[in-house]
Amino acid sequence: MPTLIKRADGRFFAAEDVFVRLADEEAMPPAGGVIVSLSRFHAEGERLLADGRPVGVAVAPSEEVESLAYDLPRIALVVLEFAKFRDGRPYSSARILRERFGYAGEIRAVGDVLLEQAAFMVRCGFDTFVPADGTGAQAWESAAHRYRYVYQSAADGRPPAYAERVLA
Amino acid sequence: MYLYDDIDRAMLEDRAAEFRAQSQRRLAGEITEEQFKPLRLMNGLYLQLHAYMLRIAIPYGTLDPAQLRKLAHVARTYDRGYGHFTTRTNLQLHWIKLRDAPTILEELAEVGLHAIQTSGNCIRNLTADPHAGAAADEVDDPRIWAEVIRQWSTFHPEFSFLPRKFKIAVTGAPTDRAAIRIYDVGLRLKRDADGALAFEVRVGGGLGRLPHLGPVVNPDLPARHLLSYLQAILRVYNRHGRRDNIHKARIKVLVASLGAEEFARQVEEEWNKTDKAAVDIPDTELARIRGMFQPGGFETRPARSAAFEAARAADPRLARFARRNLTAHKIPGYALVAVSLKEPGETPGDATSEQMELVADLAERYSLNEARVTYEQNLLLPHVKLDDIPAVFAALDGAGLATPNIGLVSDIIACPGLDYCALANTRSINIAQAIARRFEDPATAERVGELKIKISGCINACGHHHVGHIGILGVDKKGEEFYQLTLGGADGDDAALGQVLGPALPSERVSGAVDQIVEAYLAERHDGERFIDTFRRTGLTPFKEAVYADADQTR
Repeated sequence: MPTLIKRADGRFFAAEDVFVRLADEEAMPPAGGVIVSLSRFHAEGERLLADGRPVGVAVAPSEEVESLAYDLPRIALVVLEFAKFRDGRPYSSARILRERFGYAGEIRAVGDVLLEQAAFMVRCGFDTFVPADGTGAQAWESAAHRYRYVYQSAADGRPPAYAERVLA
Repeated sequence: MYLYDDIDRAMLEDRAAEFRAQSQRRLAGEITEEQFKPLRLMNGLYLQLHAYMLRIAIPYGTLDPAQLRKLAHVARTYDRGYGHFTTRTNLQLHWIKLRDAPTILEELAEVGLHAIQTSGNCIRNLTADPHAGAAADEVDDPRIWAEVIRQWSTFHPEFSFLPRKFKIAVTGAPTDRAAIRIYDVGLRLKRDADGALAFEVRVGGGLGRLPHLGPVVNPDLPARHLLSYLQAILRVYNRHGRRDNIHKARIKVLVASLGAEEFARQVEEEWNKTDKAAVDIPDTELARIRGMFQPGGFETRPARSAAFEAARAADPRLARFARRNLTAHKIPGYALVAVSLKEPGETPGDATSEQMELVADLAERYSLNEARVTYEQNLLLPHVKLDDIPAVFAALDGAGLATPNIGLVSDIIACPGLDYCALANTRSINIAQAIARRFEDPATAERVGELKIKISGCINACGHHHVGHIGILGVDKKGEEFYQLTLGGADGDDAALGQVLGPALPSERVSGAVDQIVEAYLAERHDGERFIDTFRRTGLTPFKEAVYADADQTR
């Protein structure tokens, strides 16, 4: 089974991917978690969810996560695709899912996912990662903690510098 | 001035440590240049024609003496003993070795300087009115808000991979001295109808291939909501700005294609869904930052200084310097002193390490420990007692820093051009030098009066040519350097984009053409008219005739 990097309580570790990514034309396996495109989810989502299996939805950079708003409580996983590491749209999508819709399920980074972006992804609310550069959980854990402080609030709940100053 | 606390210092230390590790991986061959490029660019390190260039941020153009001395030290130790101040009030060092870069960043961090976000598709170093804290017309000190934005935008997790770079300018006065119409976001502090502090927000200005003056998208943003509103602007841009064409990726293209009204509506919609309290700066933090910009150390002095008046009457050179390079201060008995980096024959914006150290000494002794960098590529001592002007003038004069040409024909903005830059079509510096030499006589320059020449070596417009009274753009014609002249641009409250004068000229014709334009202006001008006023009255015609009357000259 393919592996990915999972983050929980500030720790990073290798984990098995329990979902199968399906292309739009691909037949549905009899059971188990599946990831489908946003358009397929809009077409078949009700039926998939009724099966009682875990459902993940893959959202392309140009697609709007807002269209998932009403289904989020029933979706186990949102996969945000980085077409290129330079394409920063998934960061906005992740923050909207976490901060606006209060989404508590898994947000996964796939595509051109690089170690040097680890801290930004964590701050925006991603919690699983499929790195494109072959880096492992340990490297991700230290990359995510390179900076002792942050200057702004985001989806990770870390107190910004101004809050730390009040406590100091 | 803002003083870094332990948290601010930790940010810079962590950044320097991160970059040292990244550089070591590159030098050891563990990562390729392709993989390293975005990492070094995030630290302001560009690979140019001859060497690496390091662009050091000078947030809102404010420096204390220790910082200026550190810049001088870095330029002397790791470069060739000089640096280039840019229109974004950064300092560029053009002859850097990669292996020195981590050490340079560590040295800069010691005095609260860095190269964070001086490159890349992120929120860049902020600029502000260079007269901040000293101008009589100021509503509020723009540096307070620039510092608020600096912190909020530093390592912003959502906005570090925007469609393209993003530049913000802030002014706190009704008079625009920060060119707020030519940046992605231009902010002007004001009082709203109830007397509360507010921002007039412009979005979508910019030069380059598709020049636009930024339209107002919010005339009355309550100041306390600045950050949540900026987040909404950036989020709309991050999600909807074009990423398919680098030349259409700036926010100005998004604003122009939607129309300012529709863009403003989308921002408002996003903003209204935002938990503003989670993003906006708390009052306690604003008060902490504000406190550090409270002017301290001013004396109660008479508005007029007998010593200065006597010295000025006795020395015509000091009198001319005072006419051109001094600005009235909000505190009686003080003045702002502009330090010209435009000595004719020199490279506009360049300063040697010795010159930086001298200005640092003067700032310490005479200007309440403050120096400024202006977007017009000069330095400034913001708080000098009138009594001290003769001494400051003498010291500057001895170091080639007292050219009395602020705002005049030889106070030229120029990009580094083909002498350094990999993007340039042509050189800029040689053109600036040739023009400045023609108007070397200060009496001539003063007779011509206010005339702003801006030169860019390519269409990216780092030299702001579109908004020069005379704009000069370098173009490549079959491998030869040619220059396109535009007239009538301006970058302040009366901002305008220049109009093309005629066919591009070969390099040896450019300074002569400027001379012809100036002669035509002197012949046409009515009493009290600046060049730009005459141009607005007459249009291109007399200038076109002056430059192109003898068609043979264009060959």
